[in-house]
Amino acid sequence: MSYIEDISRQLAEEIQGYGADYVEARLEQSQTSRITYRGRNLESVDKATASGGNVRALVKGGWGFVSFNNLNELPAKVELAVKQAQFVGNEESKLAPVEPVVDIVSSEIDRSPVTIPLAEKKKLLDEYNDIIWHTPKLQTSIIGYGDSHKKVIFANTLGSYIEQERTDITLRLTAIAIDGSEVQQVGLSLGSSGDFSLIQGLHHQVEQMSQHAVELLSAPRVEGGEYTVVLDPVLAGVFTHEAFGHLSEADFVYENDRLREIMVLGKKFGSTELNIVDGAAIPGLRGSYKYDDEGVPATKTYLIREGKLVGRLHSRETAAKMGEKPTGNARAINYRYPPIVRMTNTYIEPRLASFEDIIGDIKEGVYAKNWYGGTTSMEMFTFSAGEAYMIRDGKVAETIRPVVLTGNVFATLNNIDAIGSDLEMNQGGGCGKGGQVPLPVSNGSPHIRIRHCLVGGR
Amino acid sequence: MENILAQAKKVADEAEVFMVSSEGIPVQFEANRLKHIQTKQSRSLALRIIKQGKIGYSATTELGDSQRLINNAVETAQFGMPAKFEFSSLVSYPQVEVFDPNIEYVSIEEMVRLGEELITMVRGHTPEIVCEAGVVKSLASVRIINSRGGQANYRVSTFSLGIEGSLIRDTDMLFVGDSESSCHPISGSKAIAETVIQQLELAKNRASAPSQPLPVIFTPDGVASALILPLMAAFNGKTVLEGASPIGNRLGQPVFDKKLWLWDDPTIDYRPGSRPCDDEGVPSQRTPLIEQGTVANFIYDLQTAALAHTRSTGNGDRGRGGLPIPAPSAFIIGAGDTTFDEMVNDIKEGLIIELLMGAEQGNILGGDFSGNVLLGYKVESGKIVGRVKDTMVSGNVYQLLNQITAIGSDAKWVGGFLKTPHLYFPSLSVASK
Repeated sequence: MSYIEDISRQLAEEIQGYGADYVEARLEQSQTSRITYRGRNLESVDKATASGGNVRALVKGGWGFVSFNNLNELPAKVELAVKQAQFVGNEESKLAPVEPVVDIVSSEIDRSPVTIPLAEKKKLLDEYNDIIWHTPKLQTSIIGYGDSHKKVIFANTLGSYIEQERTDITLRLTAIAIDGSEVQQVGLSLGSSGDFSLIQGLHHQVEQMSQHAVELLSAPRVEGGEYTVVLDPVLAGVFTHEAFGHLSEADFVYENDRLREIMVLGKKFGSTELNIVDGAAIPGLRGSYKYDDEGVPATKTYLIREGKLVGRLHSRETAAKMGEKPTGNARAINYRYPPIVRMTNTYIEPRLASFEDIIGDIKEGVYAKNWYGGTTSMEMFTFSAGEAYMIRDGKVAETIRPVVLTGNVFATLNNIDAIGSDLEMNQGGGCGKGGQVPLPVSNGSPHIRIRHCLVGGR
Repeated sequence: MENILAQAKKVADEAEVFMVSSEGIPVQFEANRLKHIQTKQSRSLALRIIKQGKIGYSATTELGDSQRLINNAVETAQFGMPAKFEFSSLVSYPQVEVFDPNIEYVSIEEMVRLGEELITMVRGHTPEIVCEAGVVKSLASVRIINSRGGQANYRVSTFSLGIEGSLIRDTDMLFVGDSESSCHPISGSKAIAETVIQQLELAKNRASAPSQPLPVIFTPDGVASALILPLMAAFNGKTVLEGASPIGNRLGQPVFDKKLWLWDDPTIDYRPGSRPCDDEGVPSQRTPLIEQGTVANFIYDLQTAALAHTRSTGNGDRGRGGLPIPAPSAFIIGAGDTTFDEMVNDIKEGLIIELLMGAEQGNILGGDFSGNVLLGYKVESGKIVGRVKDTMVSGNVYQLLNQITAIGSDAKWVGGFLKTPHLYFPSLSVASK
């Protein structure tokens, strides 16, 4: 038995018997490596190891939480978490009931990314960087590669004891083109739940990205205003995550009476064609797992079905307080944080429209692809495209500078009037919430068309 | 640490050990009530070596396992960048006060009282608002030693207080908020409450903005959310070295409006961004970046400075836990001579931008930005008439900062990393529904 497992067994016993309504402990051991290129050469390479843990306690509805790297004096840490919870609590504790689970989940990856020799990783990144640097007019490049292998052990006062191994890979490539004082950049974000082969063989995509950065130097800016917008699967996935996904996280809703009224199940958000799903139980993606960080089994949850709100994402507490079933969406980025309600793999289900059906009757519109980023304030959201083109008379026309799109969630989902058949999942995203960033997630969609979308421009 | 340094010196030419340990206590309120108290203890150790002229790096939280730390650093050094710098030798550091022992004695009860007082004041103005608030105190100690005899050691205390309120009517949502931080304990919440109440007052009525270029005032929070990231990238010595900064070859030239002054300053006592030295043990200094509209300097760490044939400005930062890279400690924009009221009075039709959402998602290097006005107001004939919504603004930071109508006389700290006055510009592109 390794050291961390030994500590976990001790903690699993230690958390019993402090008179709290509920206590859980999570211990984590991780190895990570990172490689960064800035410009022609590799700039930094580092390897890190970490181990740490936390104890979270619930007393009369109040939470206490202690995180630590020092694995000595565990009883004092449990006691402190319980004491903090006692200080806060003054009502009844509510947690949705779940069955205790004892399980060991090993990584499904044959070859953990942290065991791949640095030389092999460097060789691949060198190839990609060469492609960028062989593109005429390109000024420089930035490449960030990271991988991790974690073992997370969870125990709670219900008697659950779960060991899970998780692996993750991210790769972000940026090509920067310059002409005089004009600077343009195009990025490509990729990732996988630990399978290195998924980030190999992307030479053609890297070449396209580099050429696009150069094209942008002479591309015009779009005139700001309302347009019919067509989103590619990558950007539509980001849109789904930002525009709707965050609003379906129950921790924003459960203690806010007005939001509960707005987000009542059965409310119509879009056309009967629209289905939106989130679920960690969908295998093989960056947001996939067997149990969440409260030991709840992963599920697949319909958020919108035939245009109506039918579900939302829960922790055990939000589920209990809203009288709904837990969905296994309580996640923590690492042991330094308590779990909060998060998305996993979020997507719009495919329908029947072909790309030609979608753009065929647009006289003037914007075709936006790929992503820079996105953010939401619940009602309003913005997301930005990495590439954009005008659509004229039903055809993709000239390249324009990347655009930022914005909208109001309550209007915009209703304005989706065409959904394609070509669902793709994008694995390059990282989600931020409550200071916990970037959490591995995936999101996706087929091509979609949105009417009356506000586009920023000159 | 000394042991690790000694062991590392046996396998490498030069070595540096960096250690941080900290304890933070956040007290969190949700839906107007106390919800969560946390204690976060952490420590980490990083080893940077130079072996056969190349840089190796490794980090760990496992203080007992120094052999693995050293092995990892040696492994990475095979692939590392050639080291062009030397670790800093023993030097004296400026006196920068960043530790107030009183923070240790602020009780949980006192922190809870502060949060409750803040929420009560805001709800006294608008009872139906739903508030989240946080009161956080933390203590950290930093120690650096290296094989050239360099050593630094300091403690830093921080205290912060913040609130975010949401006001929902039908599906219309308004978000307001403010925060404050210091190395001293914060004893009252009145200033933050007043800011939030003023936001609620100004947002009471709704107004609409036309889709056309308009004069615009960015508040200090507005400056932080829309204009600062491109400047942080452009003045970064690394961006300059790569030829990717639009101002990289403009040193000594007028690029900005003559009224504009910008500097980086980690030497101000009791500010959370301050420290006596950077994360590589280089003494802190105030670095002028824009003087009277002219590009004055860029910021550097040791390696980037050596590659650029200049000196480190003491801006080596290990923010992500990896090798040091140049990063600002605190950006400060010099205050001007125009009051906020004078700016508003000057506008016939225009906007005030308090929070822009999405501006950080654009072409940061080129300075283009575009965002949704999450909190902003319409000005008509010198009066603030109400809140605008469904409004996007777009522009370019370099074009804006080249022509500034006025700079405010009232600089304010935003988020601990920026001190800025209001900035007033003659024209910005606006698109609205």
